[in-house]
Amino acid sequence: MYWEFELILFFFLLTTAIIALESDDLLVAVVMLTIFSFLNALLFTTMGAVDVGFTEAVVGAGVTGILLVVAIYQTTYKTVD
Amino acid sequence: MKKRVASPIVLLGSRLLSPYIMLFGLYVIFHGHYSPGGGFQGGTLLAASLLLIRISSGRRISRIQFSDYLTTPLAVIGVLIYFGTGLTALLAGGYFLDYGQLPIPGLDAPDLRYWGILIIELGIGLTVMAVLVSIFDDMIRGED
Repeated sequence: MYWEFELILFFFLLTTAIIALESDDLLVAVVMLTIFSFLNALLFTTMGAVDVGFTEAVVGAGVTGILLVVAIYQTTYKTVD
Repeated sequence: MKKRVASPIVLLGSRLLSPYIMLFGLYVIFHGHYSPGGGFQGGTLLAASLLLIRISSGRRISRIQFSDYLTTPLAVIGVLIYFGTGLTALLAGGYFLDYGQLPIPGLDAPDLRYWGILIIELGIGLTVMAVLVSIFDDMIRGED
């Protein structure tokens, strides 16, 4: 129904996923994963699954970002590989 | 990480944002049985509003709002609410979590299911909030 909107969302989803995989700074990867979760929630809502999208927005973009930032804060923010 | 300085701007923004997130979490819990959302999502929103204060201020300020030793008893109370409701329906003659058999006087079966699901979701939200804050506290322990 809204295929143009979904196409733009899929494009940004792929971009954030590739940046999160290829980034050297882990903090950038965490921020990109948060944006990935939010775009994923928008896609779920567009497909009609409001409950799944709501859960994805709350858990993926809210709490997981905070916990990953705390994990980086305890260890290091540079990748070795 | 690099240099740790307490920023009053971040704390002010978090203090402005946190009560609205908490209010939305309570809305999601109390409207969870006839709209999207429910106990898990509302509890996660409550935990996010607590974690925002916890991550923006230090240990000393955030422990005034929600104390460190309060998380495990609240999680246990939530689980007891859940299983207490289920076992009460079981002892009253129905199946486990059969809300229509709950022994509350003056209500017929549809109203009993309405209030039963609301009580269950209150327990789930309490447990999810307490466990998420407890995970954060255990990860941050030993720092600052």
